[in-house]
Amino acid sequence: MAAVSKSVASMKVGETAVISGFTDEHLSVKLLEMGLLPGTVVRFNFSAPLGDPICVNISGFDLSLRLEEASTIIILD
Amino acid sequence: MSDKKRLKIALVGKPNSGKSSLFNQLTGLNQKIGNFPGITVDKRTGACQLDENTDAEIIDLPGIYSLYPRTLDEKIVVEVLTDTNGTDYPDCIAVIADATNLKNSLLLLTQLVDLQLPVVLALNMMDLAARSGLSMDIKRLSDELGVPVAMINAREGRGIDSLKRLLAKGVKPSVKKVFHPVNGVEAALEEINSRFKLKSAYEAFQYLQQSEGLKFLSAQDKVFIKDVAARNKFFPHKYQGAETIHRYEFIQKVLDVTIIKSARKDWKGASTKLDRILTHKVWGYLIFFAILFLIFQSLFAFAQIPMDAIDRGFAGLSSYLGKKLPEGPFFELISSGIVPGIGGIIIFIPLIAILFAFISILEETGYMSRVVFLMDKIMRKFGLSGRSVVPLISGMACAIPAIMATRTIDNWKDRLITIFVTPFMSCSARLPVFGILVALIIPKERIFGLISLQGIALMSLYLLGFAAAMFSALLMKAIVRIKERSYLIMEMPTYRMPKWSNVGFTIVEKTKAFVMEAGKVIIAVSIILWVLASYGPADVMNNSRKVVSEQTMNMRLTEKEFENRVAAYKLEHSYAGTIGKWMEPIIRPLGFDWKIGIALITSFAAREVFVSTIATIYSLGSSDDNVTIKERLKDEINPETGGPRFTPAVGFSLLVFYTFAMQCMSTLAVVWRETKGWKWPLAQLLYMTALAYSSALIVYQVLS
Repeated sequence: MAAVSKSVASMKVGETAVISGFTDEHLSVKLLEMGLLPGTVVRFNFSAPLGDPICVNISGFDLSLRLEEASTIIILD
Repeated sequence: MSDKKRLKIALVGKPNSGKSSLFNQLTGLNQKIGNFPGITVDKRTGACQLDENTDAEIIDLPGIYSLYPRTLDEKIVVEVLTDTNGTDYPDCIAVIADATNLKNSLLLLTQLVDLQLPVVLALNMMDLAARSGLSMDIKRLSDELGVPVAMINAREGRGIDSLKRLLAKGVKPSVKKVFHPVNGVEAALEEINSRFKLKSAYEAFQYLQQSEGLKFLSAQDKVFIKDVAARNKFFPHKYQGAETIHRYEFIQKVLDVTIIKSARKDWKGASTKLDRILTHKVWGYLIFFAILFLIFQSLFAFAQIPMDAIDRGFAGLSSYLGKKLPEGPFFELISSGIVPGIGGIIIFIPLIAILFAFISILEETGYMSRVVFLMDKIMRKFGLSGRSVVPLISGMACAIPAIMATRTIDNWKDRLITIFVTPFMSCSARLPVFGILVALIIPKERIFGLISLQGIALMSLYLLGFAAAMFSALLMKAIVRIKERSYLIMEMPTYRMPKWSNVGFTIVEKTKAFVMEAGKVIIAVSIILWVLASYGPADVMNNSRKVVSEQTMNMRLTEKEFENRVAAYKLEHSYAGTIGKWMEPIIRPLGFDWKIGIALITSFAAREVFVSTIATIYSLGSSDDNVTIKERLKDEINPETGGPRFTPAVGFSLLVFYTFAMQCMSTLAVVWRETKGWKWPLAQLLYMTALAYSSALIVYQVLS
């Protein structure tokens, strides 16, 4: 791989992106169950005051994630 | 006609879907809390009449998103639903779904459909869905899923009757099959099925996926399943991911044809705006600490009056019975052992009720998940989680309800650490002990005429307790090995008003659980302590009056003074007194004598008993008057030095000891209940006592 792929952890407030895959197989099962499917749109709502965890919106509902969890979700550039 | 049908119905659904509201609606006050065999998960069951001919036992299962468990609590669900011979195996399952977020509510439902279980879909929050502009074709939804659908509003109790009718009619498994296990696993499924004769291919698939978690399988069964999985190259995680994606594709297709009009994008506007304030870097913390302050103040302000009343009531009852009942050890046991023991349990009810009223409101409104969001990063550094904050702060009022409140922490390791360190937070029972000792050794002076030295000392003790809690959490984080990954993949529910009857149910449930379970241990220990403090070798005890009257012949005591001296003599020669004297060599390096030793033993019932024991042992009779106790302690002479007994070194040593020591049987009882065993309460008792002892030792040796 040439460049490091972008993850949800690197998104900015208000930004939207499309999920393309996951880097952690074990975690991905849980993320899929919550509706974070490849091809769905994810919106970065806001982060906690200390920058971690973050809150994202996925198909109409809000979800909180730790940064280390968010960094396993790869998004399309 | 008494041949009524009796059905077992399990309630499942994701967290925040309104499952507890529905459970409360169905069962009312006919609820029981028990245990699932072998694990630390509360089982809530309740009775419900579905129609004239059908009764039902409703089982409330932990909130889950799918059959693949993340936490210990969630593991129970798949076990209950696949153990066909289990006592909790349901005749029918009601899946509660949040209509405003139907997509990920249906995931679990499709799994149950594939298990060939009879399922009813209860669509909750239709009012919110309608308000969001969402409208759907329910008939079509029911057809596409092959599952009967009831529209309910669990908060207001609408649609419950039609759900009951649906359940009473009897439900057949859906004819649909959503997920066909992917290519290459058929052979493995066939092998599993030929041994276990299962209802569906998906059940065999579940056996392959998580045989380890299914406790009803024998060891040979598990070996067999693992062998099948290994030979067929079955990798659980890969298949779970593929399965979930496949299910969501199906669900999307169903929703495409059933949703007539989707929700407006901005329907959560008010909630989003609230979040901007409540998770703000300044306002967020300020509001959170204001709420904590309110909880803390309420625990002190509102609990004090009923607690004093209970205290007085039981003390009155005890002395009334002492006078009215015939003499003899049995009746004395009732009036002085059992009645105060029960009083010692009842007295916690106001604290538990008030704390859980607040916690339940925080949960109901959706604010709790914001607290977790705000505090998670800080608490994680100490091996705790965002959810540990409320229990820890509540521990400053009383560790009992605080430890019960750790139930909201879904990760077992985080919860265990929180339970372990909460008793370090200085509780209200330490206050009387601190109060008298601080008054004794710290001069009543003010710095700049403003800041009281005694106040600073008291605050330092609270900070010391907090520091010990954080330090111990760090230690536990390094020591405890539990293979459960900590997640914070958590839904942030939309804010809404709390439902007050749910708050009421929570209070009743928590109070019952405490009285019924921890209460047993508290009664037992308080009886043992009472026996120790009021009995001793018979000849010594029986002669107590004679000895005391000989000793005090020339002293012209009033009758009351005489009785106080007899009480002191009896306590000195009781078994507790004997242990206290026996302990003296052990506690001498801390600067304590046998009198303090006795107080250490009796105050194991509750820390504040220290004060009344000290009062008895110094023949003061009553512990109401702190000034007298203080004066008496000041005058006490240390026979070895000729100086005062309670030097600053002894005082500080005692203060540090009480800050760290467990010294509370009720806390131990509640930890025993929450961890379902004696391992953790005993570890906690040892650790806290060791820390208390060594710190007090250092303090005394350095200061004296």
